[in-house]
Amino acid sequence: MNFVEVLRTALFALRGNWMRSALTSLGVIIGIAAVIVMVSVGQGTQAEIDKLVSGLGSNRLDISGGSGVGGGGVRLAAGSRYTLSVDDADAIRREIPEVQYVAASLRGGTQVVYAESNWSTQWQGVQPDWFDINEWKIATGQPFDAHDYSGASKSVILGDTVGQQLFGDQDPVGQTVRLGRVPFTVVATLKPKGQGGFGQDQDDVVVVPLETARRRLSGATALPPGAVQQISLGVGRAGDLSYAQDEVEALLRQRHRIQPGDDDDFSVRNIAEVVATRTQTTRLMSLLLGAVAGISLIVGGIGIMNIMLVSVTERIREIGLRMAVGAGPGDIRKQFLAEAMLISMIGGVIGILLGVVGALLVARFGSLPVALNGKVVALAAGFSIATGLFFGYYPARKASLLDPIEALRQQ
Amino acid sequence: MSVAAKGARGPVIRTHGLRKVYSAGTEAEVVALRGVDLAIAAGEFVAIMGPSGSGKSTLMNMIGCLDTPTSGTYRCDGVEIASLDAEARAELRLQKIGFVFQGFNLLPRMSALENVAMPMSYANITRDERMRRAHAALDSVGLSERAQHRPGELSGGQQQRVAIARALINRPQILLADEPTGALDSRTGEEILALFKRLRDEDHTVVLITHDADVAAHADHIYEMRDGELHPATHPPGARA
Repeated sequence: MNFVEVLRTALFALRGNWMRSALTSLGVIIGIAAVIVMVSVGQGTQAEIDKLVSGLGSNRLDISGGSGVGGGGVRLAAGSRYTLSVDDADAIRREIPEVQYVAASLRGGTQVVYAESNWSTQWQGVQPDWFDINEWKIATGQPFDAHDYSGASKSVILGDTVGQQLFGDQDPVGQTVRLGRVPFTVVATLKPKGQGGFGQDQDDVVVVPLETARRRLSGATALPPGAVQQISLGVGRAGDLSYAQDEVEALLRQRHRIQPGDDDDFSVRNIAEVVATRTQTTRLMSLLLGAVAGISLIVGGIGIMNIMLVSVTERIREIGLRMAVGAGPGDIRKQFLAEAMLISMIGGVIGILLGVVGALLVARFGSLPVALNGKVVALAAGFSIATGLFFGYYPARKASLLDPIEALRQQ
Repeated sequence: MSVAAKGARGPVIRTHGLRKVYSAGTEAEVVALRGVDLAIAAGEFVAIMGPSGSGKSTLMNMIGCLDTPTSGTYRCDGVEIASLDAEARAELRLQKIGFVFQGFNLLPRMSALENVAMPMSYANITRDERMRRAHAALDSVGLSERAQHRPGELSGGQQQRVAIARALINRPQILLADEPTGALDSRTGEEILALFKRLRDEDHTVVLITHDADVAAHADHIYEMRDGELHPATHPPGARA
């Protein structure tokens, strides 16, 4: 029996009981639609995380100073002792070629004042590479030039939030603001980055050159010469990250003369590791969503098997007759398998349409991120074919193994 | 494909010591056939009689290649059946055997024409050719104007003629009929039997299974099954009428 003939016969048989066929398809329709919606939500969440990771800079390392010991032996926060210096940053830049960007920085809090407005914010005193490592882009104005960095000029770049708070719709570039009591000239504003990976407002910041910060902003605290709180590194290739981390640690231990066995007086934080944990959580969620969809598809498949078994029993005389007039076991198997496949594939097509519409609705009105692509649809189509094959095979085989004499004798 | 057999004009059906035992070795053991020897030549019209339970249906299933013997041999048009698997036996039925059943066994949702054409869908014949041949077959049983009717819209005699057209569609050498007139009134039965005789004259081998001596009387040779054994009829045709 050729393919067209098998298909024609299967269609004819399904039409004879179209209500039943439609209801059986419904199981597959729901299963496939669920697969599409669930998988695209899972992928959307994953994509969201990936975006976040690239926002944090997955190729970066952050080195903080050692934690100090306060009164009564209380350990203080990392970076509370100024164990890092600009020279450390220069040494890393010089000796570890895998490291593409190096920026030492100081930070602190201050009140920013413009005319009658004022705003409490964080300042960052930075070296030039800081903008690349943190992927900050200039919105208006000009970035710091070499003179700003070397001459400790009183120039400031405002984050979007600070600009909005102090200037509203006015252009801040060229205006003078006070950081604490020191007047600064606004040379540029930053493009907004929005919320950070941990919920904070990344745009609530002002940036000044490192030396400016040391001389004008770090206040009364006497800093050791050249001291910085943090050194941020950007590695050219993500694959070099852990190698670079080892190199940096070795270099700093050597420079700080730390004996083998002694604790580091600095700590290196690898954001990729932090993010990996989050990624794992998301992956688990995707897996769960997929499992729910998979289960509904299995239920649909069981429906197909159930109906096909009923159909074999009902049509046992027809099977016997077809065998008597010359249908071989293979022909009978093909016929029943084709019926199961048709049910699941028609269900698959409708389910894909419904699933795509559902995913688009979730993207439009739901609060979940959705990533719908050809891969998801292909996966669903593959599932619907596999469901028909898997759950249709047993009834088809059962039909093909019938004894024609017995089958014809049934009433 | 049956060049040798046709050339030789040997028996189309030849069995030797055919035995069939059901549920062998258990308490429910039934010996349906006890060594049946039978030879039927091409173009013969043979009736096999016997009461129910005598084994005549088993013999028909055997001749029709639906079943395989427990022991003994059966050559259908020169092919030894015991050596064939289910797929090969199906192919043989497709090529050489047409069945006519007491209950017609037409598929109720198909038209008469589609019922007649159905076996050919397993023979890789194009749809156009199939429909053409199905029309011709219906024509030969005098039902061409009923081609589009469903079985439910036909009388018993008409349904049986559709079933005969279906049995003939692949031009089989052997036509097996199991109580073909059992469900018909006697006048319609006569028509069917006349049709069988015509087919015999067209060189088909017709084997008729019946328990009715009047029906059997139309055949050229009559055999009787008794307790699984086959005997030439003791009563000459018509003696009981």
